[in-house]
Amino acid sequence: MIPGIGAFTWDTLWCFSQVKGTMETGTTEADIISTVEFNHTGELLATGDKGGRVVIFQREQESKNQVHRRGEYNVYSTFQSHEPEFDYLKSLEIEEKINKIRWLPQQNAAYFLLSTNDKTVKLWKVSERDKRPEGYNLKDEEGRLRDPATITTLRVPVLRPMDLMVEATPRRVFANAHTYHINSISVNSDYETYMSADDLRINLWNFEITNQSFNIVDIKPANMEELTEVITAAEFHPHHCNTFVYSSSKGTIRLCDMRASALCDRHTKFFEEPEDPSNRSFFSEIISSISDVKFSHSGRYIMTRDYLTVKVWDLNMENRPIETYQVHDYLRSKLCSLYENDCIFDKFECVWNGSDSVIMTGSYNNFFRMFDRNTKRDVTLEASRENSKPRAILKPRKVCVGGKRRKDEISVDSLDFSKKILHTAWHPSENIIAVAATNNLYIFQDKVN
Amino acid sequence: MFARGLKRKCAEDEEAAPAYSLQRQSLLDMSLVKLQLCHMLVEPNLCRSVLIANTVRQIQEEMTQDGSWCVPVPQTAGRASRDRLVSTEILCRSAREGARPAPDPGDPASELQVVPAAQAPGVPPGGVWDGDGPRENRGSFHKSLDQIFETLESQSPGAVEELFSDVDGSYYDLDAVLTGMVGGAKSGQDGLEAFASTAAPPPSAGCKSDLGELDHVVEILVET
Repeated sequence: MIPGIGAFTWDTLWCFSQVKGTMETGTTEADIISTVEFNHTGELLATGDKGGRVVIFQREQESKNQVHRRGEYNVYSTFQSHEPEFDYLKSLEIEEKINKIRWLPQQNAAYFLLSTNDKTVKLWKVSERDKRPEGYNLKDEEGRLRDPATITTLRVPVLRPMDLMVEATPRRVFANAHTYHINSISVNSDYETYMSADDLRINLWNFEITNQSFNIVDIKPANMEELTEVITAAEFHPHHCNTFVYSSSKGTIRLCDMRASALCDRHTKFFEEPEDPSNRSFFSEIISSISDVKFSHSGRYIMTRDYLTVKVWDLNMENRPIETYQVHDYLRSKLCSLYENDCIFDKFECVWNGSDSVIMTGSYNNFFRMFDRNTKRDVTLEASRENSKPRAILKPRKVCVGGKRRKDEISVDSLDFSKKILHTAWHPSENIIAVAATNNLYIFQDKVN
Repeated sequence: MFARGLKRKCAEDEEAAPAYSLQRQSLLDMSLVKLQLCHMLVEPNLCRSVLIANTVRQIQEEMTQDGSWCVPVPQTAGRASRDRLVSTEILCRSAREGARPAPDPGDPASELQVVPAAQAPGVPPGGVWDGDGPRENRGSFHKSLDQIFETLESQSPGAVEELFSDVDGSYYDLDAVLTGMVGGAKSGQDGLEAFASTAAPPPSAGCKSDLGELDHVVEILVET
């Protein structure tokens, strides 16, 4: 295995690297991580939580003295992105929970990211300050005003080094454009525009303009009684700035071309898999609802996550996916219980690795799954404090479906459904993954020999 | 709760049929309670509500086909129970709207007191204007639950329909008010929407003022 290239083979062993977050069992809800995202180089890792905070970790420079230890991620900046609000018109609270964070590609020394809650998107600038101006004329070193009569000479303030300070400032606030809850944001490859999607509409923004947005998709029926389908996720094509996809609660994906018309209600492509009649139940529609859609880095494929499976679609074939992976099919017989406790509505995300050869998604009991598209092998790993010794190799886990349970297996009925891994992220070029388990962020790396 | 997800059973399976009906009824009951419970939430998850409502529709359609769904005798013209088994109006209706119950004059089949009827578009509903107190909201919620349970006992589709058909379209037309679009109709124009910023609360005090690099340098030089 060649370190640093990021090729995943069955011989890849995943090791614990770091865990961030408190170890106490009584978690405040505000600390629950709600989104995780690497930036385009993988140098930065951002998390958002239910309390509206964003924490950015930066990878430390790899030291030549400690070759066996790859760069660790340390806190770089923490800021309050969104505050709880009250919608006076509807008499409803607006949660401050960060639904999504998306990085902009780096164009200068500062870093930019978009963060959104249910209603408002914000553009944040994160920049370093390591110099400070000294030698003011009108003020002394403590900032007190000097008596102008005592000033006999003028000098130009100079910049002197200071301790590194990282500041986050909100540069744009994109508000009042969404009646329904924002579920996705996606930066366009033109780096000038981005889109925000809620349950029924998708809006296109220019980064420089905050008081206007273009509505590009609107599936709200004229009569709300006829509403049977909502938008669940949306994303721009990684290279074609005119193309985007959005998924629905009925398990369909629509690909739209913004060149075709201003309002993209008519899709260019429509991806839907025919229903399997032998598996039909009252829960069929719910479990077909797509919770996440992601373009591959190449732009040739899209991956969708529904309740029980991950599917890979070829953009050139609309009638069925080219690959389907079972995440936790043992839950199929438990759907009624999962409906009762609302777990069936959990929205799991999915991610590609840098080379699009492996896909990853979360499950329950703090398990997460990886599927190698080439070898068709899969592995189940667990994010837990017990496996948290430095560089400890993660042992594959297995769920026992029926019959005799082997020693290391766990039975379906013993799974902890309160421990769900909804959000994961994969470094853009290396085998480093970030896994959010409630209020803890786990970072795993592949084993360096 | 159940050993297996509910699946359609063979018609010939006589012994399993009652058990299946019970399971199906139980699922319907659970779904209706879930829909009603969304009134208690801050702002209910629309996706979840839509999925539950679709599930309820499926069950009701199947029950109608099986003949286990009683059809009420008096039928208001134009309100066939098959077409509007479950109205989605219940979705996202907050508890405060239940605080103003008003009988729906158009429905003779209902024995229940129906929660608010439709208002004129553009008029925002709500406790904000009516000054309904939280006590009233709680009372109305209990009433709504009673309505549900009464409905489940009577099993009359008209009653269920009435429970959920309180058309409060104006709630959804709020976005029409906000966006300046007319009646929720899809605009064929360029879709450019300008938004007034009046409804937005002021940014939090922690935000720094928006300074460009040049401004920052100028600021240092003029020593502000």
